[in-house]
Amino acid sequence: MESSRSSFTRGMRDGIPICLGYLAVSFAFGIQAVQSGLSVFQATLLSLTNVTSAGQFAGLGIISTSGSLLEMAGAQLIINLRYMLMSAAISQKIKPDEKVFHRMGIAYGMTDEVFAISASHPGVLSPFYSYGAILVSVFGWTLGTFLGAYSGEILPQRLISALGVALYGMFLAIVIPPARENVNVRITVIAAMLMSTIFTYAPVLKNISSGFRIIIVTIVIAGVAALLFPRDEEAGA
Amino acid sequence: MRNVYIYILVMALVTYAIRVLPLTLIRKEIRSKTIKSFLYYVPYATLSAMTFPAILTAVENTYAALAGFIVALILAFFRRGLLTVAIGACAAVFIVELIL
Repeated sequence: MESSRSSFTRGMRDGIPICLGYLAVSFAFGIQAVQSGLSVFQATLLSLTNVTSAGQFAGLGIISTSGSLLEMAGAQLIINLRYMLMSAAISQKIKPDEKVFHRMGIAYGMTDEVFAISASHPGVLSPFYSYGAILVSVFGWTLGTFLGAYSGEILPQRLISALGVALYGMFLAIVIPPARENVNVRITVIAAMLMSTIFTYAPVLKNISSGFRIIIVTIVIAGVAALLFPRDEEAGA
Repeated sequence: MRNVYIYILVMALVTYAIRVLPLTLIRKEIRSKTIKSFLYYVPYATLSAMTFPAILTAVENTYAALAGFIVALILAFFRRGLLTVAIGACAAVFIVELIL
């Protein structure tokens, strides 16, 4: 088992590409937040306290239309429910007797990307590894938001528009390499994209909100994959 | 507009609760092979569902978005890092929008 210090350093190192990816996405978020009527400080605070991508973007829409707090809570619950599944998965990667304090600490920064590097981390996950990755990635997420909110208006519209795909590029960078290695993951990825496409365009189904759509697709596809392609213990996570 | 800070607080509380409850409540190793497998496939299913087809409407021009998607797929297939793939996708969108 590594020392806490070296785990922390390694987490920080693995967090650097996440931090840089976040800079681009949160920059776009900062621009949009100011356009939705938030101040630079509010936009930055929102990123620092939430650390979610899809949830924050959806939240802006609700704030700018003065939606109810119940709607806000419900939207966040649905859009971010996947973190519950990710946290449940990470609960299996840490020591069974890990302190509550550390469990609460790593929960703060459980994003899609931090989850991805934590889940692919070999062996037992040290909370200090997570702290390193969280520190660096949250720094990028918050700084990018600040810069976007502060300077977004001076950038050309074309450049701002192009940043809209940054988040999706990052997601593909996470799912495609394992899909290339493992046929079961490949089928899962393709099936999820197909089902999500059907739910986006098919009559009736298209009325389901995007947050619910993601939850339904996740539960159905991951559930079917688990039944059809159960994982062997030795294969690791 | 309602007080923005109250919205931010609600968002932060709900999101943190979602993240912290499983980590603090699940103290034992899950033994069920099916549940373990399910948790393994969750991120792939979620991220894929979030990405497609949403990426096609992420920018105004569908062809530019499609170019971004294809470039990201290719770069990710050759195992480029998060940043390279994200910037490559943005660059493809930017270039196609310039041309069209």
